[in-house]
This record gives sequence, C-alpha cells and structure tokens, in this order.
Amino acid sequence: MKDTPAQSSPIITLENVEKYYGDYHALRGISAEIGQGEFFSLLGPSGCGKTTLLRTIAGFEALSSGRLTIDGRDMAGVPANKRPTNMVFQSYAIFPHLSVAENVGFGLRRAPLSKAEKARAVGEALEMVGLAGYGARAAHALSGGQRQRVALARALILKPKVLLLDEPLSALDKKLREQMQLELRRLQRQVGITFILVTHDQEEALIMSDRIAVMFEGQIAQLDAPQMLYRRPVTRQVGEFIGVMNFLPARATMTDQDHIEVEASGLGRAVIGPDQVPGGFHPGQTASVGIRPETMSILFAGETTDRRVATGIVEDRAYYGDMTYYEVRLEGVERPMTISMKNLVGRPVLDRGAEARVAWDAGSLVLFA
Amino acid sequence: MKTLRVYAILYLCFLYAPIALLPIFAFNDGTIIAFPLRGFTLEWFRELAEIPALHEAVGNSLMIAVFSSLLATVLGICAARAGTRFEFPGKKGILGLIMLPLVLPEIIVAVSLLVVLLQLGLSLGAWSVILGHVLICMPFSIAILNASFQSLDVALEEAAIDLGETRLSSFRLITLPLVMPGIISSLLIAFTISLDEFIIAFFLTGTEPTLPVYLWGQLRFPQKIPVVMALGTLLVVASVILLTLAEYFRRRGAARTGQADSGGFL
Ligand SMILES: Nc1ncnc2c1ncn2[C@@H]1O[C@H](COP(=O)(O)OP(=O)(O)O)[C@@H](O)[C@H]1O
Ligand SMILES: [Mg+2]
Repeated sequence: MKDTPAQSSPIITLENVEKYYGDYHALRGISAEIGQGEFFSLLGPSGCGKTTLLRTIAGFEALSSGRLTIDGRDMAGVPANKRPTNMVFQSYAIFPHLSVAENVGFGLRRAPLSKAEKARAVGEALEMVGLAGYGARAAHALSGGQRQRVALARALILKPKVLLLDEPLSALDKKLREQMQLELRRLQRQVGITFILVTHDQEEALIMSDRIAVMFEGQIAQLDAPQMLYRRPVTRQVGEFIGVMNFLPARATMTDQDHIEVEASGLGRAVIGPDQVPGGFHPGQTASVGIRPETMSILFAGETTDRRVATGIVEDRAYYGDMTYYEVRLEGVERPMTISMKNLVGRPVLDRGAEARVAWDAGSLVLFA
Repeated sequence: MKTLRVYAILYLCFLYAPIALLPIFAFNDGTIIAFPLRGFTLEWFRELAEIPALHEAVGNSLMIAVFSSLLATVLGICAARAGTRFEFPGKKGILGLIMLPLVLPEIIVAVSLLVVLLQLGLSLGAWSVILGHVLICMPFSIAILNASFQSLDVALEEAAIDLGETRLSSFRLITLPLVMPGIISSLLIAFTISLDEFIIAFFLTGTEPTLPVYLWGQLRFPQKIPVVMALGTLLVVASVILLTLAEYFRRRGAARTGQADSGGFL
C-alpha cells in the first residue's frame, strides 16, 4: 500500500535522503513530502534517526546524499541561520543569562524593527503561549513547563514556515505532558504553520498528528494518518510499536482479486479484503494475522452474539478500574493474547483459569506476509 | 577520630605558621628575626618604596604575569572548547600532554626550556619567562575552563544560530557571557601563579629579574631581611585576594548555569 499523501501542497520534500556519521548509516533513503500547515510526527524507538532527520531539516547536519527542499528552495548549502525553520530543542536551550523577554526576543535582534515594535512582538508571543507578564523574569528560575513555553514563543516569534520540535514533552511529568499535547495542537491550528514533532511516544503521536512517519533504523516504515497507522500497520513491527497487537500464525490464499482466505490458529477460517493486507499480499508459507485487544470481547455466561466466537482460558488479568486486560490462551495457540474489556455495569470480571468465549470479527484482522 | 583531628591541626600549623611569621616580623622594630619582638614599625614598608631595583622587578613581574595569564587563558579557551565540543583522533593524548606540566617538577620544565632556548641561540628575557609561565599556567586554566564549557548545553549555541545568528556571534552572545566567570577565574589564577613563580623565572630571566628572583637575591644581606618580610607580606596578601576573587567567579559561573558545585582548586 502507498503512503498517505499530504492533504496540502508540500512545504518540505525529502528525496532519498542519506546520512552517514563516519561508517554509521543513520538515515537510509528517506523520502517524504510534508504538507503546508500539517502537524507531522516522526515516531520511532530511540536511536532510529528521528533527531538526525530533524537536524538535517534544520541545517545542523549536512546530507550525505539526496535532496531537501523547503518551500520550493533546495537547501543544499543553506546554513541553519538562513533557513525558514525554527527549532524547539529537547533541552529547550533557554539562554540562562537572559530574561524571559530577552530570550523570546532574541531572534528579532537583526530584524529592522523599532524597540517598541520588538517589545510588542515579544508581548504577543508570550501571550500566545500563556506567559503574559512573565517577560521580566530570569530564565533560569522557570519551571519545566514554563521553559518549554518560552522555547516555543522564542521559536515562533520569527514566524518560521516550519517549526521543528525535538521531543518537547519528554521532560515533563504525565499530567503536564497531556495538557501540553492539547495546547501544542491548539497552538499549531492557531498559527497555521507546519509543525514537525519528534517523539518516541506512540500515544503522543496519535493524539497530536495529522500524519505520522514511523521510523526504524534510519528508514520510514510507514507514513500515514493516525487511524490508518493504528488499524492498518504495514508490518508486524509497526503494529507492535503502535499500541498493542496480538499476532497469530496463519496461512493465507488469495481466492480472487478482492478476497483473501485466511486460516488463523485459534480463530479459524475467515475471508478478508485486500485493504486488510496493507503491506501487500505475498503468497508464502509463513504469514501471521494481527488483531487489536479492543476489537475482541469476552462473552459472559449465556450471552449470545452473531460475531465469530473462539474459545480459550483466562491465563491472567489486570484490573485497571475502567478497563480489564485479559491474557487469554485460545485453543491450539501457544502464546496468550491480550483482550481489553470496558468494565460496564453488571459485567463480571473473569478470574484466572475461567473459560472464556472470545467474540471477534474478520474485519479487524490484519494480514502480514 | 580525635588523634586524626589533632594531627590535622598540627599539620595545618606546620604548613602555615611560617607564613604567619611573615607579617609579625614585617612590623617588628628590629633587624634581627628573633623573639622577643621589639615594637611596632612601618619602617620596612616605607623602605620598600625607596628601592628602584625593587620597583623594576615589580614592573617586570606584573608585565610577565599579565601576558602569561592572557596567553594561558586564550589558549585554554581554545583547548577547552575543542575538548568539550569536538571529537578528533588523539584527543585524550593531546589533552593529557597539555596537563603534563601539572605533575612535572618545575625545575625540569625550567632546565629543559633553558637548554632548548640556548641551543636555538635565543637570548633570554621577559619573553622566555612568559613562555615558561604559560606552560605551567595552562593546566590550571584548562581545568577551570573545561568545567565552564562542559556545563554548557551544546544546544545553546545551536539555538542562537537557529534564531539567525552566525557561529561567531552566537559564541559572543551566548557562550562567552556564560563562561566569563571561568575566564576571569582562569586569568586571576594564572596571574597569581606567574607572579609568585620562582624557579622558571630564576632560570629563564635575563638581566631583568622578576620580584621573587629579586627577593631571593636580597636574602644574602641580613640587614635587608625585615624589608623582605614586608615585601613577602604584601605578596601573600595580594595572592590571597586574587585567589579568593578567582574562586568567587568560579562559583558564580557554576551558579549561573545552574549546575551543582563540583569543587575547584580552592
Ligand atoms: N554526531 C553523531 N556522530 C555519530 N553518531 C551519531 C551522531 N548523532 C547521532 N548519531 C547516531 O545516529 C543514530 C540516530 O541518532 P538520533 O537521530 O539521535 O536518534 P533518535 O533521535 O531517533 O533517538 C544513533 O545511533 C546515534 O548514536
Ligand atoms: Mg532524539
């Protein structure tokens, strides 16, 4: 399946971008288009090259080969201080010897504006990030969340075409992080410029992004909208990295153009459509199907359904208050699978060792070659 | 524990008592350095003001100390920045080599420099003393400046560049102010070391002695000893003031970049 294209005209194009650090191949042929006004995330495990890619866009690292254009201009030979991008650093890089206002106004030093105009711009930028009136404070006395806001205001005051954010929320505690996720999204809609966010937190990427590029080992494995990424991962690796996915060994044969017959251990026979094979169908001996925990449910005693039903034993369960996560081993399957259930009123929580009837649908299966 | 404390106190007394004797005899109204004291006088300090050779030596020393500390600090900035920012082959070895004079006996440094300079047919003078002093001040400068540079987030300069500054202007606007306390501390310590240094100055000075060399020469004349004591007192006071200032700036630098104080030389 092809990557989802940007919904708007591209502001950044990457063509076969390669980056070597000495012998180390950090970026291996990255190609992508990032749209105007898009909230775009680079998601992947630590060390996969997200920061490297962001820094090549910012101009702090030179490409080893390939092409990068921003706003139609080839960026080869354009230094970082001449690019229409600004960056929010992972450490925030707040200048500790300057005040909040001096930090935010730093980028205006060379702008042909009067003192009053600069002060007004700084005031507006501070207001935008919810720090109105903080201008005179010393930067080193701020809290983590405030530093992040200062870094945002400082980067946005130059009205860049693209704002680059390197794991901006990873240093914040959970509550503040969740609040800032929504705020960042609101801010991006308000200023309307392209945001490129680097994160290793799949939930964060899903919540905030228009599109996400999932990276492994210097390559983009999949570039898609959050829902597609979650529902139709192209490889097991992507499916595993984003949320929880159960995998079952399977055999598959293509019966005709629009139908693929799958025989999955524990679940049985099912017919699926080609859209459920996002990585493309390759006939072969070893295949597997993936299924998400919340697409299945455990039927309580006597409950009937017109969905497909498989049977198994509850090996373990974890009670989370609103949810219960079951580890259920289906008949004829080695490894237990995770099933999540909402704890609705009147629905009993099954104990270990209980027999479980699992309802599922052929439409939730994803086939991997 | 108790014996250890007594030992520590005795040790400190032994170490510093001679220095305490300096001011005592500097103000003693008598030419013989012995108890009992004879009375209070400022005579010896007054005499200091009337010895032209001494004034020349002070001038030489100050000039040498100023140049040595400036050179050692500038070179130290380069080395510290290179050492904390860049990876290059042989980095550890090179930095180790620069730190070597710290453990090398000064007399070895002095004699080998003397031999080399004479072999090259160069005549000795203030410049050769400066050369030697830069060599022995460098390790101190680098150690201080390394700490300053290491505590700096590399992203700070990048952030300034990202906001439109050039490499040079971001160094000037961001890095320099943040390491300035370290620079001042390095200048003061190098200045103090150069001002007090004797062995290298003794070997490498030409016809213009530095203050410690002049002082040493005066020790041959017993009647001059109270004057030497007065001079020594002034030197000790100056050194203490300079080193205290240096430590003050080092700590302020640490506080400014928000790092925990990891201890300095003092
Ligand atoms: N300046 C550098 N020199 C050598 N290797 C580097 C450099 N920067 C990053 N790398 C390597 O490139 C890989 C990708 O790093 P990075 O882009 O920072 O990963 P991520 O941000 O996804 O965690 C890592 O293995 C890292 O060790
Ligand atoms: Mg990173």
